[in-house]
Amino acid sequence: MIEIRGLVKRYGELEALHRIDLTVPPGEFLVVLGPSGAGKSTLLRCINRLTPPTAGEIRVDGELTCDDRAALRALRCKVAMIFQHYNVVPRLSVLKNVLTGRLGSAPSVLSWLQIFPRRDVELARECLRRVELEAKADVRTDRLSGGQKQRVGIARALAQQPKIILADEPVASLDPKTSRTVMSYLKQASRELGITVVCNLHQVEYAREFAERVVGVSAGRIVFDGRPGELTDEVLHRIYPSLDDGETPQSPRRAGEAAPAASPWPADDPWRRPPAPQRVVGLREAGKPH
Amino acid sequence: MNLGPYALLLARPSGALGWWKHAITIPVAVAVLWWSAAGTQLSLAELANGVPWIIDFLSRMFPPNWGFLEKLVRPAIETIQIAIWGTIFAILLAVPLCFFAARNISPSLAVFHLMRQVLNVTRGINEIILALIFVAAVGLGPFAGVIALAIHGAGMLGKFFAESIEEIDQGPIEALRATGAGPIQTIVFGVIPQVITAWIAVSLYRFETNLRQATVLGMVGAGGIGFELVGSMKLFQYHDTATCILVIIVMVMTADYISSKLRAWIQEGAR
Repeated sequence: MIEIRGLVKRYGELEALHRIDLTVPPGEFLVVLGPSGAGKSTLLRCINRLTPPTAGEIRVDGELTCDDRAALRALRCKVAMIFQHYNVVPRLSVLKNVLTGRLGSAPSVLSWLQIFPRRDVELARECLRRVELEAKADVRTDRLSGGQKQRVGIARALAQQPKIILADEPVASLDPKTSRTVMSYLKQASRELGITVVCNLHQVEYAREFAERVVGVSAGRIVFDGRPGELTDEVLHRIYPSLDDGETPQSPRRAGEAAPAASPWPADDPWRRPPAPQRVVGLREAGKPH
Repeated sequence: MNLGPYALLLARPSGALGWWKHAITIPVAVAVLWWSAAGTQLSLAELANGVPWIIDFLSRMFPPNWGFLEKLVRPAIETIQIAIWGTIFAILLAVPLCFFAARNISPSLAVFHLMRQVLNVTRGINEIILALIFVAAVGLGPFAGVIALAIHGAGMLGKFFAESIEEIDQGPIEALRATGAGPIQTIVFGVIPQVITAWIAVSLYRFETNLRQATVLGMVGAGGIGFELVGSMKLFQYHDTATCILVIIVMVMTADYISSKLRAWIQEGAR
């Protein structure tokens, strides 16, 4: 479904992506893991050309992506995007926000007058039902909570009836329970509708729980490509190079006090685990299958 | 900087020049202010000397001639009508132009600069001058006033509309691009919902301004209460002038009240 060959993206002197090669078969739920600034967002944005690549080829659904206007419109109808900061239009109602997903295929002039085909409105309501927000269809979107806004974003993406969904850190701004709900909606949509999903995450546990395949990106290069079960400590250190040498912030000491003994690992660092043998250790209780 | 038990907090100047930057800019600023004051012949002494004349002028206007009120009813209504249509035409002219004058959605930088300058020119020409031009074109009467207010207003509204567009959150715009929406669809669904409150607020403000301007357009024969105002002054009937001024003040206060109520209602979320 997506074929990326030799993708390079340069911002002036800075090379954000170095010759990425990646193939995503149809229907796969792919998670891209990586630290901030690794190039995950850039990679996603190159696929739907929100950011034009500097070099390289990307094929979506067999067709080469390019900057021709009609081709771009056709491409973006097939590829939906979900954003970290939701990017919903605040003053519009929830239903209208979801309907904006149909703008790529709705007749232009009628849409300017806020006229949509009835089946598009039905489809929008169906998408809202899927994310359990149909009761809020007429509410102004800025009145919703963060998690609800992200569900509107998902409904909007689903309303496009896309072949691919690109989710750029969809749960980074959400609490754990809502994050899990949002990821389940995505996984469900992917499984039931056969949509290829490429999802940027930085929570390793969600990658383990939801992904069928994980790609690790670090400093613009792919450093891991495999199943979530293969995410060992060594792999995680490759993806997150400064995992171990991040210093704990010390509380300010008055003159004369001795430094406190270093704790085995900082209590608030989610990546820290006791040094383990080279085998997969779940961050949740052991024994839960995944 | 410590002053006894208190501490004065000043932003530390950054950059290579540090405090010397202020050593240059402050005297320059003072010099500019001095030069402006000299050029405008500012003088508190002159003002103080002139107070008796002000009092004399005011006393000639007091008490207002209430009998004059009935002659003012039609011109006052005409003033309001001129303000209404002047504002509506200004909005209709400004809306299509403002998208080209907004840096973030203008098709090219050249178009953006051109549009900005066009709006500046229409703003720069004073309404009275425009009214004079249009009196020559369409004859004496309120229509000339309407056109003058429309053109001047389009410049000001166009600039404000464009600036509100430049201040919108780009996130939703990007999301709309990502769904394959065309440029006008992006504007209708992404830009306009974000700017509409600001646009309505500034349009109401423009209406108030037009109301005040309409009161003086009569001076050049473009209709409204200004004709009576200037006429009474030229005839030295200052009591009538006072009545005119009071009527104008009441109109402006009412317009202000109504527009602030409307703006509050819109802010609360009427869609």
